[in-house]
Amino acid sequence: MINLLAQLGSRVWMPDNASNYGSEVDGLFYFIYWLCVLMFMMILGWMILFVVRYRKREGYQANKPAPHHSTALELTWSIIPTIVVMGIFYFGFKGFLDMATPPSQAYEIQVIAKKWSWQFVYPNGHVDNNLHVPVDTPIRLVMQSDDVIHSLFIPAFRIKKDAVPGRFTKTWFTATQPGDFNLFCAEYCGQQHSVMKSTVTVHPAGEFEGWLTDAANFLKKMSPAEAGAKIYNLRGCAQCHTSDGQASTGPTFKDLFGREEAMTDGSKLLADEDYIKESILEPGAHIVAGYQNVMPTYKGQLKDSEITALILYFKSISKHFDGTIPTEPLEKDDQAASEQENQSSETTTEGQQ
Amino acid sequence: MTSIPTPHANKLPESQHNSSDNYLNHSKGFMSWAFTVDHKRIGIMYGISICAFLLLGGIFALILRTMLALPIANIDNHANYDPAYLKHWMDIYNHMFTLHGAVMVFLFIIPGIPAVLGNFVLPLMLGAKDVAFPKLNLASFHIFVIGSLILAWVLLKGVLVAMFPGLSPYIGYGGLETGWTFYTPYSMDSNSAVVEATFGAFVLGFSSILTGVNFIASMHMLRPKGMNWFRMPLFLWALYGTAIIQLLATPVLAITLLLLIAERAFRVGIFDPNLDGDPILYQHFFWFYSHPAVYIMVLPAMGVISELVTAHSRKHIFGYSFIAYSSIAIALLGFFVWGHHMFTSGQSAMANAVFSLLTFSVSIPSAIKVFNWLSTMYRGEIHLRTPMLYVLSFILLFAIGGLTGLFLGALATDIHLHDTYFIVAHFHYVMMGSVLIAFLGGMYHWWPKMTGKMYSEKVGKIACAMVFVGFNLTFFIQFIAGSQGMPRRYASYVDDYMIYHHISTGGAFVLGTGLFLVLFNWIHSLLKGAPAPANPWGANTLEWQCSSPPPHDNFADTPVAGDPYDMTEWQYDESIKGYVKAND
Ligand code: HEM
Ligand SMILES: [Cu+2]
Ligand SMILES: [Cu+2]
Repeated sequence: MINLLAQLGSRVWMPDNASNYGSEVDGLFYFIYWLCVLMFMMILGWMILFVVRYRKREGYQANKPAPHHSTALELTWSIIPTIVVMGIFYFGFKGFLDMATPPSQAYEIQVIAKKWSWQFVYPNGHVDNNLHVPVDTPIRLVMQSDDVIHSLFIPAFRIKKDAVPGRFTKTWFTATQPGDFNLFCAEYCGQQHSVMKSTVTVHPAGEFEGWLTDAANFLKKMSPAEAGAKIYNLRGCAQCHTSDGQASTGPTFKDLFGREEAMTDGSKLLADEDYIKESILEPGAHIVAGYQNVMPTYKGQLKDSEITALILYFKSISKHFDGTIPTEPLEKDDQAASEQENQSSETTTEGQQ
Repeated sequence: MTSIPTPHANKLPESQHNSSDNYLNHSKGFMSWAFTVDHKRIGIMYGISICAFLLLGGIFALILRTMLALPIANIDNHANYDPAYLKHWMDIYNHMFTLHGAVMVFLFIIPGIPAVLGNFVLPLMLGAKDVAFPKLNLASFHIFVIGSLILAWVLLKGVLVAMFPGLSPYIGYGGLETGWTFYTPYSMDSNSAVVEATFGAFVLGFSSILTGVNFIASMHMLRPKGMNWFRMPLFLWALYGTAIIQLLATPVLAITLLLLIAERAFRVGIFDPNLDGDPILYQHFFWFYSHPAVYIMVLPAMGVISELVTAHSRKHIFGYSFIAYSSIAIALLGFFVWGHHMFTSGQSAMANAVFSLLTFSVSIPSAIKVFNWLSTMYRGEIHLRTPMLYVLSFILLFAIGGLTGLFLGALATDIHLHDTYFIVAHFHYVMMGSVLIAFLGGMYHWWPKMTGKMYSEKVGKIACAMVFVGFNLTFFIQFIAGSQGMPRRYASYVDDYMIYHHISTGGAFVLGTGLFLVLFNWIHSLLKGAPAPANPWGANTLEWQCSSPPPHDNFADTPVAGDPYDMTEWQYDESIKGYVKAND
């Protein structure tokens, strides 16, 4: 019955569902929806009827006196709606309890919200701006915020939870459809609130683990400059430093390498490898003139090879650097090496056939 | 427009015009208005200011709707724009939606009906010469002016700083971009005039409190002979309920805003997590005021509708005591549901359950009123004049607004709908669709009394239809956008939602045109309107028993009140185009 009603209103109202909550939330939504349609039609019907029959016109005389009180009627239209809304309360609460209680063996992903991007941290330490999950697996999100309140909202999953600075909030879901879905920030968080958006990718059964290993190993796959650019975007550097020459909260990275920077204390420093490394690990040590000491330290958050990748990336976008930048990945990839071997052996077998 | 007609061009002979000395011509000059203690003049001054703020808030609304219809608002097109320009554009949008909300809430809809219609009508309905404390009434108007000047300064500063960025080090940030809710910790580091704006809202709160005190005292002290509590017009019951909320809730807002100012100025550590404060605490404080505040807005609107529906159906109101009690029930129950704005904030499941349950309990008295208004029309004699058309609009729009509240009160569905356009649509149906509509209906209804002039029914009806159609075009589609997942307070959106925004913006212009037509009708009436009889609708509440416009001190002899809704003695008299009491 509920399903039938849901189909009548689907597409127009709720978006396609892709999680375990859909049937319960949508069922309640469409139940209330049809109840509203019914109530509204009743009100509209009465109104039209009364206006047509009792409107002032030639030859119409109101039949006075009309009743202006009826306890029975008034009790009826107080009690029936009370019962109905208590029913709605009950189903709303029941659905909510499911959302509030994750199963014990859910796969846990840490979520860090900051102006204006999302970071999802996987159990193996990989950090990503998009959320990737396996299908049909309960996922638990443990959320925190670095600055103001944000709210994680995935319409296709019917979930929403605020990320509040200073505390952890939690939510969970099971994705039931593979595919890509929008993930929005639903709590106003300033300038780029509306583009604080990312994608949830639900991987078909068996493909998630492979994605995760690959994604975590990008230093083994990409050229150092590419990997550095990825870190620059992924880890929040881009929020304050541009790569196109414009000043922002911090100095631009374009032509940074090899540039001579004037410091607030009046000294001048050449932006070489050591200077860059120090700026990342101890941002407060030297402040470029005209900027504030607001950058957080990345000590313990970036590996040495990641910092090396960043430095090579800076070199690649600096006119002051005219050396060559290596293209070999910084870390050795045993898996890819063995895959390559496999592939070549496959080709040879094919060739033999 | 070739010649401007003089206001008195078609004045009726003295004998038919009720009286020559009235509150409008009683004394002249700026001071006689700015420092008057006459509740009628104060009501008119509130009326002019509040309509100006409605216009201002409306301009912001049209700007933000227009911005949302431009190609730049579609995220797919963002690559075509210079990033710096795009950020600037988003900043402007954020200022627009905040200023729109803040102006509409604090300067139009909260003071609106009580300050304009309440001030003008309440003493007349009591057969009194003025409110209980006329000087306090003037003081609350002056405080209102000061508060609105502070908010005007926020705006002006925003414009100045935008034009001359070099001024910023001297006068600080301008404008406002925190959302009208000032949520912490965002409002702690927003680069806009948060302290001034919250101080403005703080000052406005006092105006609201003082008006509330004054109304309560007036109703206790000034009721005339024959008017016991259950013969008090329902508009007054509604104002009584409103005044209770103004008195009990507004101080909480005042404290909250003070704490916010202290936090921002002195970094005390109450709401800011960086200082070990709790941002959720702010939300509790804020909604403890702001949920009841939605009833500060809607209760007077319900009161207006109760008066209008009975007067223009020429029938006794149905279920007087249910309506009266439900006003008080709403006022009191409204204090216990604030948590329904915070279902996703991480408050405990237990708290969510309790707030959800209580939210549903408040919906019942509202539903009862709708049924009562409809039943009032049953076997009446319905005159489809402009105010009655607003009543019909109100009932339909309020029904939609209230019914969609059911989706939001239920936990499972609210999680999905919270902070989407569904919320935006819901509260526009109840705030604009109901409160503004009731305000306009009430203005038309009491217009002849306030100004002594009739308005054009034809233009009035056309404008009402345009407002109704434009309103639904603008906001109904937003329910759909919201349930599809379009978040609110977004300067840009993914392609899927573009169509909803385009339709909504189109509707906004129809709505805006309708509202301008209303304004035109009023101005036209002031200039050219036919003189109004004392009682054009045949209503039996006391304000219709003095002349239109009322004399300086309302009634020569205090009238004796009967059943306010027994209209049987009033008969239509064609010669004066109004109703006269049969036994007079
Ligand atoms: C049957 C009646 C009503 C019910 C059950 C109801 C329920 C709700 C709920 C649960 C919310 C919070 C939703 C969310 O943020 O997720 C809400 C929001 C709101 N409601 Fe209602 N409501 C009702 C009537 C009204 C009335 C009469 C008004 C005002 C005149 C009103 C004004 C608002 C406003 C202003 C908001 C949103 C404020 C904001 O977030 O900026 N509601 N309503
Ligand atoms: Cu955000
Ligand atoms: Cu509320």
